[in-house]
Amino acid sequence: MSEKHIDQETGTETTGHEWDGIRELDNPLPRWWLWIFYACIAWSVVYWVLMPAWPAPPGMQGFTEGVIGNSERVNVAEDMNALQSSRSDHFAQLQAAGSYDAIEADPALFRFALAAGQSNFANFCATCHGAGAQGFTGYPNLNDDVWLWGGSFDDIRTTLQYGIRSDHAETRYSQMPAFGADGLLSREEIRNVRDYVLSLSGGTGFDAAALNAGAEIFASQCVSCHGDQGQGDRTQGAPNLTDAIWLYGGSPEQVENTIWRGPFGVMPAWEGRLNDPTITALATYVYSLGGGEAETAPEGAAGE
Amino acid sequence: MSHATAMPVKSSGLDGMLIGLICILGAFWSLMAAARGVDPQMVAHGWLMLGGFIIGLVLVVNAYSANGRVEEAGLYHDNVIKAGAIATIFWAIIGLSVGVIIALQLAFPNELYFSEAGFLNFGRLRPVHTSAVVFAFGGNALIATSFYVVQRTSRARLAGGLWPWFVFWGYQFFIIIAASGYVMGVTQAQEYAEPEWYADIWLTIVWVAYLLVFLGTLWKRKEPHIYVANWFYLAFIVTIAVLHLVNNLSIPVDPFGSFSYRVFSGVQNALTQWWYGHNAVGFFLTAGFLGIMYYFIPKRVNRPIYSYRLSIVHFWTLIFIYIWAGPHHLHYTALPEWAQTLGMTFSIMLWMPSWGGMINGLMTLSGAWDKLRTDPVVRMLVVSVAFYGMSTFEGPLMSIRSVNALSHYTDWTIGHVHSGALGWVGMISFGAIYCMVPWLWKKKGMWSRALIEWHFWLATLGILLYIAAMWPSGITQGLMWRAYNDLGFLEYSFIETVEAMHPYYIIRAGGGLLFLSGAIVMAFNMYKTITGDVSETEDVVTPQPRAIPAE
Repeated sequence: MSEKHIDQETGTETTGHEWDGIRELDNPLPRWWLWIFYACIAWSVVYWVLMPAWPAPPGMQGFTEGVIGNSERVNVAEDMNALQSSRSDHFAQLQAAGSYDAIEADPALFRFALAAGQSNFANFCATCHGAGAQGFTGYPNLNDDVWLWGGSFDDIRTTLQYGIRSDHAETRYSQMPAFGADGLLSREEIRNVRDYVLSLSGGTGFDAAALNAGAEIFASQCVSCHGDQGQGDRTQGAPNLTDAIWLYGGSPEQVENTIWRGPFGVMPAWEGRLNDPTITALATYVYSLGGGEAETAPEGAAGE
Repeated sequence: MSHATAMPVKSSGLDGMLIGLICILGAFWSLMAAARGVDPQMVAHGWLMLGGFIIGLVLVVNAYSANGRVEEAGLYHDNVIKAGAIATIFWAIIGLSVGVIIALQLAFPNELYFSEAGFLNFGRLRPVHTSAVVFAFGGNALIATSFYVVQRTSRARLAGGLWPWFVFWGYQFFIIIAASGYVMGVTQAQEYAEPEWYADIWLTIVWVAYLLVFLGTLWKRKEPHIYVANWFYLAFIVTIAVLHLVNNLSIPVDPFGSFSYRVFSGVQNALTQWWYGHNAVGFFLTAGFLGIMYYFIPKRVNRPIYSYRLSIVHFWTLIFIYIWAGPHHLHYTALPEWAQTLGMTFSIMLWMPSWGGMINGLMTLSGAWDKLRTDPVVRMLVVSVAFYGMSTFEGPLMSIRSVNALSHYTDWTIGHVHSGALGWVGMISFGAIYCMVPWLWKKKGMWSRALIEWHFWLATLGILLYIAAMWPSGITQGLMWRAYNDLGFLEYSFIETVEAMHPYYIIRAGGGLLFLSGAIVMAFNMYKTITGDVSETEDVVTPQPRAIPAE
C-alpha cells in the first residue's frame, strides 16, 4: 500500500493512490447497499427453488422444475380451456339459433352475440371497414341502410361466410367491365355516361347533349346490372346509382375513374377461418349496427 | 498534425505500413464489389468503400510525406481526442434529428408517410436513429473520453502511433457504411446489430485496433495501479468485441453480395440476439459510461471517489451478473421458462451492483454540493447519475415477469430506454465534453456558461416531457391490450389503442425537439470556445497540467 493520506474535507482516510489528481476514499460498502444486495440474492435463490430455473446437470433430464411445479405452458392451456368452456353453452346456442329474432329473444344470448361479434369485428373487419364500421373509399359503410348484396340477417351472414369475389366456391361474384382500360368506351363516352350517372342522384349543370349521349350509352351498357332507372340490383351486387351514396367516391373524377377501371372489390370468405357460431355472432353485430333489414326485403328494390 | 508544437517521431513505420496494407486490401475488395456486386446495394457500397479506402491511403501517405512523420509535442496525444469530441457532437445532432423525424412520423403517420420514397419512412430511419445515437454519438464519446482518460490516469501517451487515428476514422467509416446501408435496405434485421457481414468485419478490425491501443497505453503506464475508470472502459471494449463477434455470425450468400444468412435460427437466434442486445446496454451504455463518470465527476468537483471498496465490488458484480440478464427480453415467448427465470432473477440481483455506480458518483460530491448551484456542468453530471439510478431501478422492475406482462411491447419500454439514453448517456457525455473541450483546446473555460445553463434546462425539460409522455402512453397501451369484458372478449381493437397514443406521441416529439435544441446550443458554444477568445468566461475550469511533476 502507498503512504496514508487523509482527506481534509471529510476526515476520511484515502487509499493513498492518486491518478491525475484523483484520490479514492477508503469508505466501507454502505450497509444498506450490501443488505439489499444480499436480500436480492436470497430472493433469487428462493425463486430458483420454487420455479423452473436451471438446466439440469449432466446425466439428468431437462431442467430443475421447481418445487411448486409451475409451468407457464400449462397455465396458459388451462386458462384457454376455462375460457372456452365458459363460452361453450353460448356458442352452442348460437349454432342452433337460425335467425336474428331467435337470438334477440334471449337477452343473455343476444348480449353474448353482440360482444363476440364486436370483438371479432375489431380483430378481423375493422382493418377495412373501420373501427366504427364507418367504411372508407372502396369499403362499404355498414352503419347505413345501403346494402350491395342485401341487408337481411341471412344476406349478411352469407356475405360473411363466402365473401365477395373471394376464392370460395360459393362466393358472391360479379364483375363490372373496365370500360376505359379495356377500350370498350372512349374517354369522351365515359365522360358523357359519368355526367348522366351523376344526374341520376340529382347532379345538375351538365351539358344537355352530353347527358343525352350518356343516357344512350347507359341504356346499352349499364342497365343490365344497374337497372333501367339506375336503381341497382342486389342479386349481382350492382350499386344503386340514384342514392348519392358512393362506394368509390362521388366526385366527377372518381366516378369517371370508376367507369374507366371497373372496380373489383374483394372481401375474404370467413368460413374455415372463423367457426360457424362466430360468423353468426358477427352477422348479429353487423345487423344491429343500424341498417339491418327484415327477411322479406324485396329483391333488387331501390334502397329508399 | 499542423500543430505549432509538432515534433518528429521515432517510429519503425510499421503502423503506417499495416494501415496502408489494410487500405489497399480493402480498396481491392471494394473494387471487386463495385464491379461484380450481385445486388445494387452491394455495388453502391463497393464504390462508397472504395472511396473511403483511397482517402485512407492518401492520409497514411500524407502522414509520412514531410521527411518522416511528426506528432504533436507534449506527453499526450490529444489531436485524435479533439476530432472525437467534434465527431461526438456532430453525430449527436444527426442522431437526435432523425429521432425527432421518426417521432413526428409516429405522431402524424398520414402526413409524413412517403409512398414514393420508401427510404424516408419509419422502417428505414429507425435503425439510423438508434445506431446514430448509440454507436455514433455514444461510441465516439466513449472512444474520445477513453483515449483522454487512459492517458491522464496512466501518465502515458496513447500507444500505437497512427493506430488511434485508424480507430477514429475507421469507426466513422463503419458508421457511414452502416447508416447508408439502412436507407438502402441493407440489414440483418437484428435490433442494434443491423449492419451486414462486411460492415461487421470492418468493425471487428477497428475494434481489435481499439483494444490494442487501449491495452498498449495501459501497458506503458507510469502509475502503479490501473484507475477504476479504465477497468470499466476495458470491460466495455472486451465484452463488446465478444458480443459483436457471436451475434454477427453469418454466412454471406455471395462474397460480393450484401445479404447473409445467420448461423442461429429460431429461439436460439432470439436468445443470442438478446444476450447481445441486453449486454450492449450493459457494457456499451452502462460500463463504458461509468468509465466516463469515474473520471469526470471527481475531476470536475475536485473531490476523491467516495469508496474504493464499493468501486471494486460493484465493478465485478456488475460485469458478472449483467451477462446473464438478457433472457428477460423474451418473457412469455418460446424461450424455455427456466431460461426466463434466470434472466429475471439475475436482473433483480443486478439492481445493487448498478446502484454502486450511482452511490459512488453522487457521494463523490460530498464536500462539494454547493457546486450544484453554481456549476451547470456539475448539475448535468449529477442529473445524469440520477437518471442512471432511476433507469437501473426501473430495469429490474420491468424484468419481473408479471410487470413485464404489462410493460413488454409497449411505450413504457421506449420511455425506459430514453430515460437511460437521454438522461444518463446523453447528459454524462455532454458533461464530459464540456469539461474536456477547454482542457483540450487550452481555454480558460467554455465560451458561455449561460448557454450551458440553457442546454441543461432544454435537455432536462426535453427528457421530462419524453418520459412523462411514454410512461402513461405505455401503461395505457398495456392496459388496453389486456382489457377484457365480463364475457372474456377483448375490449379494444388494436387500432383504438393506436389512436389513444396520438397526444402522447405529439408530446414525445416536443420533448425530443427540446433535447435536440440543447445539443445545437452546445455545438454553437463549442464552436465559439474552440475558435474564439474565452478569457472572460464565467465557466472557469481547473487547468490540466501538460507535464506531470515527478513524485
